[in-house]
This record gives sequence, structure tokens and C-alpha cells, in this order.
Amino acid sequence: MTVNFEVNGIARSLTVDTRTTLLDALREHLQLTGTKKGCDHGQCGACTVIADGRRINACLSLAVMHEGRKVTTIEGLGTPDLLHPVQAAFIRHDGYQCGYCTPGQICSAIAVLQEIRAGIPSHATEDLMARPQATNMEMRERMSGNICRCGAYSNIAQAMAEVAGVKA
Amino acid sequence: MKPFTYERVATPAQAAAAVLRRPGAKFIAGGTNLLDLMKLQIEVPPHLVDVGRTGLDKIDPTPDGGLRIGALVTNTDLAADRRIRRDYGVLSRALVAGASGQLRNKATTAGNLLQRTRCPYFYDTNQPCNKRQPGTGCAGIGGVSRQLGVIGTSDACIATHPSDMAVAMRVLDAVVETIDAQGRTRAIPIAEFHRLPDNTPHIETSLTADELITGVKLPAPIGGTQMYRKVRDRASYAFALVSVAAIIQKDGTGRVAVGGIAPRPWRIEAAETELPLGAKAVTDRLLADAHPASDNAFKITLVERTLAAVVSKAKAA
Repeated sequence: MTVNFEVNGIARSLTVDTRTTLLDALREHLQLTGTKKGCDHGQCGACTVIADGRRINACLSLAVMHEGRKVTTIEGLGTPDLLHPVQAAFIRHDGYQCGYCTPGQICSAIAVLQEIRAGIPSHATEDLMARPQATNMEMRERMSGNICRCGAYSNIAQAMAEVAGVKA
Repeated sequence: MKPFTYERVATPAQAAAAVLRRPGAKFIAGGTNLLDLMKLQIEVPPHLVDVGRTGLDKIDPTPDGGLRIGALVTNTDLAADRRIRRDYGVLSRALVAGASGQLRNKATTAGNLLQRTRCPYFYDTNQPCNKRQPGTGCAGIGGVSRQLGVIGTSDACIATHPSDMAVAMRVLDAVVETIDAQGRTRAIPIAEFHRLPDNTPHIETSLTADELITGVKLPAPIGGTQMYRKVRDRASYAFALVSVAAIIQKDGTGRVAVGGIAPRPWRIEAAETELPLGAKAVTDRLLADAHPASDNAFKITLVERTLAAVVSKAKAA
């Protein structure tokens, strides 16, 4: 089956088995191996990409379901010479050790900061009718779908706080 | 995954007709639960009907002052909707207590209601499970049952329904709206939507095979202090051991539904009349028919204490 979609701003057309997940389409068909396969069941967040402006688990989505849609992966956020501010902050704050979960962490972190700005509530939001703030508790709660075996969480939270312009 | 064919449809009626044409076919929307189960070959549909572009993604006011939530409204969009946050706070709270940000961005209102149990024996295909494979037995009975049900269960199955959202929907008296392949529509009160297992735990809802959920209707707001308190083994991204959805009015009356303990959101309206007498009185009546195992008997006490915490917070509000 064919699927036409836009990945990192480039129109792509692929012929795939219907079983191909968005994750496998990115990694195996488009050689965009920045997005990682961790658990492949939506539990670890290593495969997090941004689809139509929202972070999702690429492992729990079929490629054919993205016909006509837009996907942004870690490769579409910045380059070694021109890093995305969140990528730069992860480096400054040592927000990783082995790096395997990092592309998912960064895609998720960027989307989390957008979600807070958009007023989307979380489990850590005390007043549903007030604008959520980029507090440490808010960011930690919202990042719970991304696990890090190396335990870089506090440095990730610091990187996010810096980008959000708040104290960690 | 087993091979399957895939089609995209433009309208709810087309979707229902497409599923009827292919025995065993399934609707797919967010796909976060179905694809997980297909990878494990617990679900093996030969055909998927993608309903993601059928336009059921709006939240509209109803003539009686309530809201109709389209089946495809994502958990994120529902939790964030200003009307939901303002008038149905228990629903917003329940939604953000569930899953992760990534999953809530994909998971839909209808899919959340239809998600399958997270009983570890349902997931372990080496174990007997009457829900996964009717007639094979239940490994949960006599097994590790810490996460499993204490009430509404049967000799065939002690799995729980994992949804947080559905518990809030139950306390709000939501109504599930559907359409079938003949174009017939139906309104199912949430209390009658999820079935108890009895001898057929594989039949989980009152839907027919070709019936598509088009939306969920919320009655006009009833005010009150609305809360959702979830107790789990981790602070985030874990299923409930026990959860309590409550709407408490100024005079101490109210409504209570409990999650994490039964095959469906557990609410007994008669138990709510005990609310002015306190959490123990409500719990005694709500869980009078409970038959827990040694591993999950703590849930009875946990319901009472969680409800007590909710009631005292409501009084302070």
C-alpha cells in the first residue's frame, strides 16, 4: 500500500506492508534512524516524534494512517551546526548518558513546552482554570512517558527549565 | 502482527458497513491499544477500517445544556477543552491522570471506552485466559492478583477495566451514541455500556459487531466540587490500584464512582445516599458484594481511605 506524507518538510511516497508502523517507516524505509525503537509498545517513549504538531509514540501508529499528514523527527529539529534550543540545552545540562532515549526525550520536551504554552492541563496542574506554568513538577509529570535508563531526569528537567526561562 | 488489509472511510455509516462486510474486521482510530495488542497477536483482525477521517472530532453543545463529545476527540483535546475544565472538572482530571502525554495525544474518546484490560494474564499468551481465548480458564484466579478486580468479577474472569476516563463518565451519567451498518442510531447509558464478565468475559460491551461509537453525550452540568483521586504504584503513567471520581455538593450529598476494582466503573447510586454519614458507610454499601483475593483485599480499605480523603477535601473546598 502507498502512503504519501511529509517528513521533516520533505514530501515522501512509500510503498509499505500495511503492518509497517510509522516508526519502522521512518527507520527502515527512510533511514531516519534518529528515532529509536525501545519497547515498541508505547511504554518507553524512545520513538516519540511530532505528528501534526503533537508528540506521539511512532511505534503505536501505522504508517498508512499518516497519509497526507506531517511528521517531524529529531533530524528535522536541528543539525550539528544549527541546534534546536532544546538540543543545545540538553548538551549544556548533560541531559543524557548513553543517548538512546535522547531523540524521544527532545521531541517530547519540545512538545511539552508547547503544551504548557497552549494551556493544556496535566495531572500536576492544581487549578484547571488557570494557565499551567512551566514548573519542575509540571515538566516532570508531562515527561513521564519518556524513560531514561541512565537516569538523566534531573538534568533533562534543568535543560527544559532553561529553555522555558524558569528556575529548575 | 498478522497480515491485514486496510481501508479508510469518510463517514460513520460507511465505517459500520465496511466492518460488517468483513467478519472479524475492526475499527481503528488512535490505535494505541489495538496496535499494541496486534503486535502481541492478542488481537488478530484480518481487516482494519480507519475511522480517523470521519469528522467525529468536535465537542458541540446539546439542546439540553450538555455537551456531545465526538468519538474521535483526543484525550488531550477533551481534557483541555475550556467547557470540560469548567463544568466537568472530574472528566478533565481523570483524563490527565491516565496514560502519558504521547498516548493522550492519539487516544480517542471512543477508543478509551473500548480499551481492553491490562490484566497480566490477558497479555501473557502462554497463560490461560477466558477473555483472550474463551474456555481456557483464568490464570488470574489464584494467581498474582494485586492489580485485579474485587467486585463484579466472576469464576471466569477477575480482570478490571483500566480506563480513568470511563470512571468520570460514569459519575457524570454520560450516554454513548452509536450507529450501525443499517444507519440505525442508539443511545446507551454508560452504566449499561460495559458488561460484567459472567461466563463470557470476552464480550466486554453491549455493542454489536458493526456498531460504531459516534460520540458521548454529557448531561447539563450539575456543579459541585468535582474530583478524581487515583492511587497507583508510581506517581505518573501507571494504571490505578484504586481511583475515586466524585462530585460532592455543598450540602454533603453527591455521586461516587470507583475505578481499578471491577470490570467496569463501579457505581451504586444507593450507596451514595450514605455520603453524609462518611466514607465507611458508602464503601460498606458500595463493596458489600466484594470477594477479593488475598493479594487484592487491600483495595477495599484503599477505596474507603481514598474516598475519605476526597470527601474531606471537598468539605474544605
